[in-house]
Amino acid sequence: MGQTIIEKIIQAHSRDDAAAGEVVWMDLDVRSARDFGGPNVVKNYEQEYGEAAPADSRKTFFTFDLCAPACSLKYADNQQACRDFARKHGIQVFDVDRGVGTHVMIEEDLARPSGTVVGTDSHMNILGAVGCFGQGMGDVDIAFAIKTGQTWFEVPESVKVVLKGRPSPAAEAKDLTLFLCRELGTKKIALRSAEFYGEAVRGLALSGRITLCSMITEMAGIIGFIPENGPVVADADASYAGLVELDVSGLPPQVAVPPSPNTVRPLADVRGTRIDSGFIGSCTNGRTEDFARAAEILKGRGVKKGVMLKIVPATRRVYEEMLERGVLETLFQSGAIIVNPGCGGCAEGHVGLTGKGEVQISTGNRNFPGKQGKGQTYLAGPAVVAASCVAGEIAGPEDL
Amino acid sequence: MDANMRQGRVVVLLDKQGRIIEDIDTDQIFHNAHLHITDIAQMGSYALGNLEVWKDFPKTGREGDILIAGRNFGAGSSRQQAVDCFAALKVGAILAPSFSAIYFRNAVNSGFPVLKIHGLEALIAGAGIVTGDVIRFDVRLGRAENVTRGAALKIEPMSPVQYDIFFAGDLFKYGKNIK
Repeated sequence: MGQTIIEKIIQAHSRDDAAAGEVVWMDLDVRSARDFGGPNVVKNYEQEYGEAAPADSRKTFFTFDLCAPACSLKYADNQQACRDFARKHGIQVFDVDRGVGTHVMIEEDLARPSGTVVGTDSHMNILGAVGCFGQGMGDVDIAFAIKTGQTWFEVPESVKVVLKGRPSPAAEAKDLTLFLCRELGTKKIALRSAEFYGEAVRGLALSGRITLCSMITEMAGIIGFIPENGPVVADADASYAGLVELDVSGLPPQVAVPPSPNTVRPLADVRGTRIDSGFIGSCTNGRTEDFARAAEILKGRGVKKGVMLKIVPATRRVYEEMLERGVLETLFQSGAIIVNPGCGGCAEGHVGLTGKGEVQISTGNRNFPGKQGKGQTYLAGPAVVAASCVAGEIAGPEDL
Repeated sequence: MDANMRQGRVVVLLDKQGRIIEDIDTDQIFHNAHLHITDIAQMGSYALGNLEVWKDFPKTGREGDILIAGRNFGAGSSRQQAVDCFAALKVGAILAPSFSAIYFRNAVNSGFPVLKIHGLEALIAGAGIVTGDVIRFDVRLGRAENVTRGAALKIEPMSPVQYDIFFAGDLFKYGKNIK
């Protein structure tokens, strides 16, 4: 019988039979930890293995992307504990200057098609965008992976998601992604691998593939792949646990409203909602294309007085591209606050925090209650966030 | 008692309207404001600290309590603290119709018992399981009963790998015996 994409990748890294439902031992091409989780990985490692060397230091990495540079003394200590461990074992650190770990791994060609990569980031499955099996894990798992180079894994079933038609020209990859968050909810691809097919995803550039794959976690899935025009394909006779067909013809821009990424409405339903702040960045929408789209909308208009727009490039390379293309200057001139690369908007100590009563519109991937503070967070694509910051209320570019 | 048997008082995570809470995410279980904490003993006091109705759980819960939650428990981040905070409070087990993949692995790998319970919605609707009831279950066979009400419950037994890691203590101890 043929294999799905996830079965193929796991099979290439295991001596066990990698059929869906089987628990296998899987070799890991890359094992990593970041500044959330990393200090506990180090602590677990030293407690269990003492001074013993990792299975392969060249396949082990630290990526500091959450509180970068350290936003509190505790994070400064935690990051330094990881650095000390890395130096001792000859492990490379992508330090606080580099940006979001998953994006750095794509840029550095560490996350490769058909590869296996684990790290202490629940959005590690972003790597599905390049046909790589990325998986977020906790610090026990990662300490074990660093020491042994492998992990146990239950091979997930796969669901085929076929999208029919072409979204409206106003819709970005994020709008399609939010639509899928609503339609698939946290049930239809839960604990499974999803393969997305159809015209709407076939033509997506890497930045758009990253956006879609990044939110598989919010759909409770294991990972998502976009096989058409991608580097890894499933066998024609592969077996699927389910088929979901969705019509996305003419799909308009979408906005996730509080309290979750799965409570999604068409932009028209929330248009006019007053906002205090906007955020563009995160592992979901932190690529150069995302900022360039925002800059197009902000150019000659500017951020409305009284509104804060926070910009966080995903990586140093993105930052550099923004400089070269004049995107950074346009954003600066429009009144945006531009911060160094990193995760930026998703956790305490970051620039995306909200105060009680504050309404924020963000290109991030989570708006669970209290996650970014006591305010209300709406999720949207870069075009809608930029337009909303011009208008001072939730709006699309066509409203300006 | 048989090593596979577990017994304890249940605490059912209901919202203000009395509905079972689904999709409880890791920021509600252990908020990102406390992620710098690396000492497990300190994690207990933050358990469920951002979940409406349940913020006092570290004070009101008792050692050995069995938490019952709605589906997709532990959604969100990969933080191990969201498991460790319950281990710190000596919670006996967590039962839910399903768990997020990462959360489930984190619990399995640190030897904390998490089990899938079937038919929870009907049980709650029919008052078949209420906070304060005592339940007993066999982690290997999945046999379970509500002792207080004298009724059988359906719990999915641990998978072989989960069972082996659980009885080894954690993934590290288990790993030492497999190579």
